[in-house]
Formats: sequence, structure tokens, C-alpha cells
Amino acid sequence: MKLTQQGSGAAEAAALEPINPAIGASSKITRSLAMPNWKDHLPSIGTLGPFLALLMACTFFSWQSEQFLTGANFSLILQQVMVVGLIAIGQTLIILTAGIDLSCGMVMALGGVVMTKVSHDYGVPPIVAIFAGFAVTALFGLINGLLVTRIKLPSFIVTLGTMNIAFAITQLYSQSQTITDLPAGMTFLGNTFSIGQTEVAYGTVLMLAMYAISWLWLRETAQGRHIYAVGNNPEATRLTGIATHRVLLMVYVLAGLCYGVAALLSVARTGVGDPNAGQTENLDAITAVVLGGTSLFGGRGIVIGSLIGALIVGVFRNGLTLMGVSSVYQILITGILVILAVATDQLSRKGGR
Amino acid sequence: MLHTRTHLAVATLLGAIAAPSFAAEPVIGLITKTETNPFFVKMKEGATAEAKAKGAKLISAAGKTDGDNAGQVTAIENMIAAGAKTILITPSDSKAIVPSIKKAREKGVLVIALDSPTDPVDATDALFATDNFKAGVLIGEYAKASLGGKPAKIATLDLFPGHPVGAQRHNGFLQGFGLKSLDAKSNELAKPAEVVCMADSFGDQAKGQTAMENCLQKNPDINLVYTINEPAAAGAFNALKKAGKQKGVMIVSVDGGCQGIKDVAAGKIAATSQQYPLKMAAMGVAAGVEYAKTGKKPTGYTDTGVTLIAAKAVAGVNSKDTKTGMDLCWGNK
Repeated sequence: MKLTQQGSGAAEAAALEPINPAIGASSKITRSLAMPNWKDHLPSIGTLGPFLALLMACTFFSWQSEQFLTGANFSLILQQVMVVGLIAIGQTLIILTAGIDLSCGMVMALGGVVMTKVSHDYGVPPIVAIFAGFAVTALFGLINGLLVTRIKLPSFIVTLGTMNIAFAITQLYSQSQTITDLPAGMTFLGNTFSIGQTEVAYGTVLMLAMYAISWLWLRETAQGRHIYAVGNNPEATRLTGIATHRVLLMVYVLAGLCYGVAALLSVARTGVGDPNAGQTENLDAITAVVLGGTSLFGGRGIVIGSLIGALIVGVFRNGLTLMGVSSVYQILITGILVILAVATDQLSRKGGR
Repeated sequence: MLHTRTHLAVATLLGAIAAPSFAAEPVIGLITKTETNPFFVKMKEGATAEAKAKGAKLISAAGKTDGDNAGQVTAIENMIAAGAKTILITPSDSKAIVPSIKKAREKGVLVIALDSPTDPVDATDALFATDNFKAGVLIGEYAKASLGGKPAKIATLDLFPGHPVGAQRHNGFLQGFGLKSLDAKSNELAKPAEVVCMADSFGDQAKGQTAMENCLQKNPDINLVYTINEPAAAGAFNALKKAGKQKGVMIVSVDGGCQGIKDVAAGKIAATSQQYPLKMAAMGVAAGVEYAKTGKKPTGYTDTGVTLIAAKAVAGVNSKDTKTGMDLCWGNK
């Protein structure tokens, strides 16, 4: 079977094969179907583009500011993007299935308020409080997933609703008050260790590890490939015997868990439970995913790209401050880059047909 | 919050069914920028308490986010429908709200701007607000006296470009410090050579922290930080602490919220200019009740006061201690 380079993914490949219920059961078969050609392993323009953009931004700022190109500064940028970066992992999973999650930032804020308030008000050990926060964000993921799969509502509408619900619950539960005086165990991930001269936060290590794990998982496991398949062509995927509903549900719950971890990182970074957190991260995460080259039409993208996307935004914010340029330019440049990224995706799609 | 929402819904319903004049007690509407910012939460508390004491009925509403003009327009319309004879509003968008306010005033409604003026200022009957330029001057003078002749390397964590409150506090601070600055009417931010880094914090703790981190990268020798409000100051302190520099750097701020005063007492913030949202709201409600009873409208600008709160007093600068600050935080007593 010959596959074109662009526009064709796992599910389309699978759909062309005779329907075989055994495919879903064996990861080996699915993989061989999903990646029939060694050329598919080569990075395409779509995946290299974000990396090149990041590289160009870094080169520009290194030239403009002598403080930019230092280990300490890069460690800093990583810390600044870790919350958005983690939300973006969950968001990537959902966008890969051709969905979108508008509730991510608000669910993250709720998770942060729950974990800090439970810890602060009831005096339970931080680890218990943290898992209470995870439970709440995963529950929101489950609700999103159930509404999308069982009642077949579009994810845009479902998460538009749950975004408001999560926000309102956050405000009611916290009475719009920031939660302070947290135990050290709650903010541990904000602490740093030294590599040579550079201070690195534990949170950024966790974020990088999460990216590595999710990348391997999406790439190397049958479950991971199923996510791509569902995003490419849900009907064909269902006909091959894959339980598409179960895949979608899993994706939403995992995304919820990612927001929980992001909440923990946010609490660690700022040292408080902030009911107004997540308002900008909400769309920043989608921006990061899109800048990272993941297709909003589903089925195509690499999760590491989302990290690159988050870093692009972080590098501009950091670099422009070093240059003494107003924050509005960062917003302007981000907007242009987002349109470029989506346009590239759309054009490469047309080219594939 | 839920309570007030219900309140408003019920009030709107009643307004639609019964004639507005049917209500025995005067109805006063309060429209804030958001329901969630602690500053506006306090403002609502002040208005609610004053309305209860004066036998008025308070209905309140807010935009969804700072800058949500459409939400405030809807709120004005609903309040007129609910029979409000006085509307207190903290305009999110000083220009865009003017036509709606004009319509309300044409229907005989008294409109008072709280905290932020409209553009033009006389679009409302009166303005009860903090003098933000003066608030900046006070912390500037304090910082100057505390540094005592040491050369200043200043970082300013501002609000966002083009916001008058952000510009007034920033320029006031620089003037108070004795640096080249712009006047209180300017929307531009002055940038004398002593200001080595300017960054926008959007008044948010996480963004304030990021801004300060980036400023420290740019210039590690910063020894004075001006912040637009205390959440930004808390973020700046976090950044300084992580860099191990919290000892040698002074942070000054504006707002005087209860959490902010706690941070002053804890030594995170050296001094803050305290303003009084609770008082603004209470004065607004009182004026509304007065209008309902006598038909007398307040006019012009009323300064609701600003007090410098510092843990350590310095010679030559008048300040109050943090205990007083706690008692007064945002106009508690």
C-alpha cells in the first residue's frame, strides 16, 4: 500500500485494509499498519516549522540581548511555561481526536483551589490534598468525555459549558479569595536544584518527563495510535473494531489529570491557590498546541510540538522584556504565528489531496 | 455571589411586572468590573452594608472580565428595568460605557462613577475615587527616603499599556521619587534612566512573577521595585526570593488590600498606598438614598482618600503602621 507523505494518517491507512476485528487487539499489527513506510518517520515541514520558529526567535533575541543566551535564562523560561506546557499536553490529546477543550484553564484553576483549600482548611497532608485536586480535574475530564461520547455533543459546546461551570464552582468554593500560607509539601515542585551554575526547578523536570512519557505513549503503544486513528477518521476506526468511545473517554480523563498536574505546578510556582488563575492559560494552551503543529482537524501532530509552541510564546515574552519592548508586541507576534501555523496546516492538507 | 445574582434576577422580574415606583425602598444598582476581584468583592460588601443601614435595596451586577463593556451595558439596562434610581458603576471601558450612561441619565437616573472615571469625566453625575497619582507619589516619597541617597535601579511592574490608573500610579511614583515624570493626565508611562526595566504585570500574581524574573535577567542589580498592585508585588517578591535577592530589594505598591497589608507586615512589601473601595461604595449608596429622598444630586470629584502604610516609618514621610492598615484594609471600619 502506498501512502502519500502529507495528509494521510493511521486511520486512513487502516480504513483501506479489509475490516479485521483483530486489529484493535494487537498493538503490533496496528503499528505496522500505522507506520507502513520508513519515510513516515522523517520530520515533515509541519513538524520542523515550529522548531525553526523557536530557533529563529532564540537567535534573534541572543543577538538583541546579551542576557538571553544563558542557562539561567533558559531555566527561567522553562519555569514560566511549565503550567501552560502541562495543560497543553492534555489539550494536545483532545485536539488529536479532532476535539477541543475550552475548559482547560478553568478546570486547572479549580484543581488548584481544591488542593490548596483542602490542605489549608482541613489540615490534611499535602499529598492527600493534591490527589483531591487531581480527582476533581479528572472528574471534569470524565464529564466532558461522557457528554461528548454518550450524548454526542460537540466538544466545543460541552467544554464551553464546563468552562463556565468550573469557573463558577472555583469562585463559590474559594469565595473569590486567594488561598495563602500553604505547607511546604504543596509547593515543593517550585523548589530548585543546581546543574552547574544553573538553578532548575523540579516542576520543569516533571513537565519534561511528562512530555517524554506522553510522546512515547502516543508513538509506541496501540492506545496511543488509536488516538490518532480516532482523530483521522472515527467511523473507519470504529469499523476496524476499536472502541472509539472508550478511546475518547480515556483522552478526556487523561487531559483532566494533566490539568490537575498543571494546577499543582501553578500552586508551586506562585505559592498560592488563586481562584483567578487559568484565565489566560485557557487559550494559551490551545495557542501552544496550534503553534506546535498539531492539526485542529485532528489526527496529526506530535505532543513535543506543543512544548515548542509554549516555549515560542515564553521566549517572546522573556526576550521582549529583556529588550524593553511592550508586552503588546508579544501578543501581536503570537497572533501572527497562530495564523501562520494554521495556514501551513491547511495548505499542507490541500497539497495532500 | 449566587445570592446577589438571584436578587438581581428577581429584581429584574419584579421590575418588569410591577411599576418601578411601586417599591417603597429606593433601589440602588452597583455595577463593578468583575464579581471576582477582591477589590470589587469588598466594594460590594460596603455597598450592601450601607444599603441595609439606610433602608435601601441594593442590586448588583458585573462584567464577566475586566474590560467587558457589553456586560456592563446589559447590567445598566437591567437595573433601569428593575427600577433603580441610582446606579453606581466602576467603568471597565471609560469611553465605551458613556452612551449607556447617557441613556440612563436621560431617564432621571443618578449615575456615580466609583474608583475609575469615565471619559469624559462629566459623563457621570459624580466621581468617588482614589487619587491614583497621589497614591503613587506617596510610595515614591517613601522609597526615596528609605533608600537615602543610594542610587536607585528601578523596575516597574505596570498594569497594561494605555490604562489611565496604571499610568497615574507609575508617573506619580516617579514624581514622588523625584525623577523626571509626566503629569497626572498623561496615559503614557515615563521612563527616566533610573528605570532599568519596565514590564506589564496585568495586576496578576503569576504574571508579576514572570515579569520580575525577566527584569532580573535584564538587570540583576535592581534595588527598587514599583508594582501596580499587591498581587503583582507578591509575584515580584516570589521572583526575588527564588533569585535569593529578597533582602536587598525594596518593593512598593498601591491598593492596601488586607492580604497586601499582611505582606507589608511580613516584610515582603516595604510600603503600600491604601485606598478604600468599601468607603467609595458606602458613600455612593448614601448619595443614592439622599437623591431618592430629597432629589439632591452630588457633583464633581470626591477624593475617597489614600493612606501610606509601612511596617517601618522613615523620617520625613508620614505613614501609618500595619495594624492601622489592617483595621482599615479597603475601608473595613
